[in-house]
Amino acid sequence: MSNTTTSKKTPAAYNYVDSRVGFSAALKRNLRKVFPDHWSFMLGEIALYSFIILLLTGTFLTLWYKPSMTEVIYNGSYIPLKGIPMSEAYSSTLEISFDVRGGMLLRQIHHWAALFFIAAMVVHLLRVFFTGAYRKPREFNWLLGIALLTLGLLAGFSGYSLPDDLLSGIGLKIAAGIIQAIPVIGTWALYFLFGGEFPGTEIIPRLYSIHILLIPGAILALVTAHLLLVWTQKHTQYPGPGRTEKNVVGYPLLPVYTAKAGGFFFIVFGVTTLLGALVAINPIWLYGPFTPDQVTAGSQPDWYIGFLEGSLRVMPAIEFNIFNTWTFSPNILIPALILPGLMFVLMGAYPFIESWITGDKREHNLLDRPRNAPTRTALGTMSLTFYILLWIGGGNDIIATTFSLSINSITYFMRVALIALPPLVFIATKRICLGLQRKDLEMLLHGKETGRILRLPDGGFVEVHEPVSEAELPKLLARETYPVWELPQKVDANGIKTPHYHRQMFKARMSAWWTKGDLPIPTAKEIQAGQHHAYEALEQASEFGVKPGKEEIVSATNH
Amino acid sequence: MTEKFDINNTFDPDKENQAPKISKEVATKLPTAAKGVDHYLRRTDTDSKAARRAELQVAALFGASSFFTLVFLVSFVAIPREKKIAVSLIGVTGAQNLVLGVSFGFAILLIGIGAIHWAKKLMSDVEIVQERKEIKPADDVQQEALAAFRVGTEESGIGQRKLIRRSLLGALALFPLPFVVMLRDLGPAPKGELRKTAWEEDLHIVTDITYQKIRPEDIPVGNLVSAMPENIMEIQEEEQNLNERGKSAILLVRMRPEEIKSQQGPDWDYQGIVAYSKICTHVGCPIALYEQRTHHLLCPCHQSTFDLSDSGQPIFGPAARRLPQLAITVDEEGYLIARQGFQEPVGPSFWERGA
Repeated sequence: MSNTTTSKKTPAAYNYVDSRVGFSAALKRNLRKVFPDHWSFMLGEIALYSFIILLLTGTFLTLWYKPSMTEVIYNGSYIPLKGIPMSEAYSSTLEISFDVRGGMLLRQIHHWAALFFIAAMVVHLLRVFFTGAYRKPREFNWLLGIALLTLGLLAGFSGYSLPDDLLSGIGLKIAAGIIQAIPVIGTWALYFLFGGEFPGTEIIPRLYSIHILLIPGAILALVTAHLLLVWTQKHTQYPGPGRTEKNVVGYPLLPVYTAKAGGFFFIVFGVTTLLGALVAINPIWLYGPFTPDQVTAGSQPDWYIGFLEGSLRVMPAIEFNIFNTWTFSPNILIPALILPGLMFVLMGAYPFIESWITGDKREHNLLDRPRNAPTRTALGTMSLTFYILLWIGGGNDIIATTFSLSINSITYFMRVALIALPPLVFIATKRICLGLQRKDLEMLLHGKETGRILRLPDGGFVEVHEPVSEAELPKLLARETYPVWELPQKVDANGIKTPHYHRQMFKARMSAWWTKGDLPIPTAKEIQAGQHHAYEALEQASEFGVKPGKEEIVSATNH
Repeated sequence: MTEKFDINNTFDPDKENQAPKISKEVATKLPTAAKGVDHYLRRTDTDSKAARRAELQVAALFGASSFFTLVFLVSFVAIPREKKIAVSLIGVTGAQNLVLGVSFGFAILLIGIGAIHWAKKLMSDVEIVQERKEIKPADDVQQEALAAFRVGTEESGIGQRKLIRRSLLGALALFPLPFVVMLRDLGPAPKGELRKTAWEEDLHIVTDITYQKIRPEDIPVGNLVSAMPENIMEIQEEEQNLNERGKSAILLVRMRPEEIKSQQGPDWDYQGIVAYSKICTHVGCPIALYEQRTHHLLCPCHQSTFDLSDSGQPIFGPAARRLPQLAITVDEEGYLIARQGFQEPVGPSFWERGA
């Protein structure tokens, strides 16, 4: 390739820039960089593109929005609120919605993009988890992802509060209530954040600076690091023909990936814009201005705060008085601070825990099929069940009114379900994974079922199996098992105590739990024999005149 | 091609027994022609007419995008801002917002669809293979990097010159302190404001909408009235914030006196009218859903339920404490007044609250 390029004349403009920047080497290396193709790799892209849309529309919104809690009398073109006292923040949001041409559209695109941003991050996280993409060398990127999700939630919540409407104000009030429940420093933290009591006049300007400067700046920095790591480590790929741990199979950056990924940005942006045009979201003008003594029934936060809302709702009323001097509120602290803290810490620690249990310190570039890591997959679905239950718990009032159920019964059910259901889901998932593994094993050792029944000359029936195609084979062969750690002896044969005996014992137990039920990996000989047998069976079938895919039942004696 | 069946992954050192390989003999006998990556030619690869058609489609998509941008520009000036139109499924909506949004949306979307259509139909779809380089640099590179670092630090003398090192560390540790200290003025020190409300003896109870004084006969049995202390607007004016509204809001409920099972103080009601703080003792949402028959009050945020006929005790949900009750009576003109302030802090828990 270099021969053909040097023979051509370098364009003057290119030469001008290159002799000042010197980017030719980087371009040569990267322009044909290969990216593997799979629909599930688009999820992270959706998150990235939503973030870009948020930056674009958000910048426009700042041109008209006024982050101020000064009271004004509304005099804009939305008639029902004319003459009503409200904060400048709320009135300027109404102005954007009703007096700036295209302002409503910008607001709605911004809100939709925010919902997609976090949804895409969550689904991307699930994809990365269930395929084991976080394994070495990508643990740092997993941590960056968790940090990005946290920042995304904070960005969402801080932005949600800015219009200062009744609904978002209630959200802030709940946040204030949680903050002031923190032991020892709670009241101080509340006063520092709000500049005094709730609501004060400081919180909106402060959230504004957090929302438009601090958080987006941090997200931008972390996203850059996230992408740089993807770039240098190269993307993972699913097992398939020609794909190994040491290569990448896919399309080059220029032109296919550029066209597809670039085009996909426009698709995400276009869909978000159409939603902003056609589907109303967060109609703040219907809620009215915030005042701390009013509330609307059926208040719901944006979807991503739903799990916290649910944990607050489902938590039983536990509160202590310590020496009649201090109030300690587990009914708030556990669901609102400890639980989400624990969830994020566990998520962050997970890759390291798993590699400690399995002892796997190798580099992984081929993704796991979820069935091939049953314990991990089961842990994932178990955690997901817990999260979804919390989320449903956050909508218990909506469920109660929609289906005419007792809200008390729903809440009691949730309390039990949160503890009982996840373990059941764990067991069920593990069984399903192992079942699917058996199916794969069956295909390797006996060939693929064709659904064609053959009646033999002696009257017996057999189903014709056919060999697995070469395209499918790598997928089926990708499973691996881990050795179980040996149970340590307290004292070895020479009477020397085993160092860290209890830690080793724990590790051995965890390892046994992790690998429990694993099917043996078939040997090459067994697979060959199985495939060969299937091939012969197919040949035999064609001798009897069975044409692939034609007859349901063929009587071999007819020929 | 045999490489792709090689699983370098297996743990067992006994490769013979573990790494499955399909022998050439079997592989050549496999019925389908699939060898490695299947690559099928597309119609656009073989049929120049199909390729030309795809080219026109892509160009049409890009052209339509430009058209929609023009629609946006025209409707920005042509459609009056206040014009409303009725659209099925959406309802009555601003015409301008709708047209601007739809045209802009398609202008963007069609670029995306065009680009992907182009990529799928006309760009080369042959998958290519690239080898991964090991991420960890070679040992000698690592050694050289570490050596460079050592030389650098040795030349600086930071290892030997403890005095410099320690004083630098001290200075670096101290210099951010001003930033931390300046955060002090984010808010005032708490002075027990969370314990206090505006309520005090003889203060009139007024509605929270018209700010009119209330007579007991204004509240029929079974009714619920949101109320405030009479000076709430003055306080709001003076403090220039809504803090007091968030603490002093109360609810008046009238029930038949015999329905009152208990109260927080003797005869704190007035002829069956009881007054309770409107602020939930869980995280502080205003409570407004009252069930007449049972006298239960439900918080719409987290469904804590309080029994107003029984001292405002929590009977369901995450709230652990009762709603504080306000003792009320009437003045000589017959208007409802507070007999005293709240006897306990209203609203959600805080550390210093105590019993």
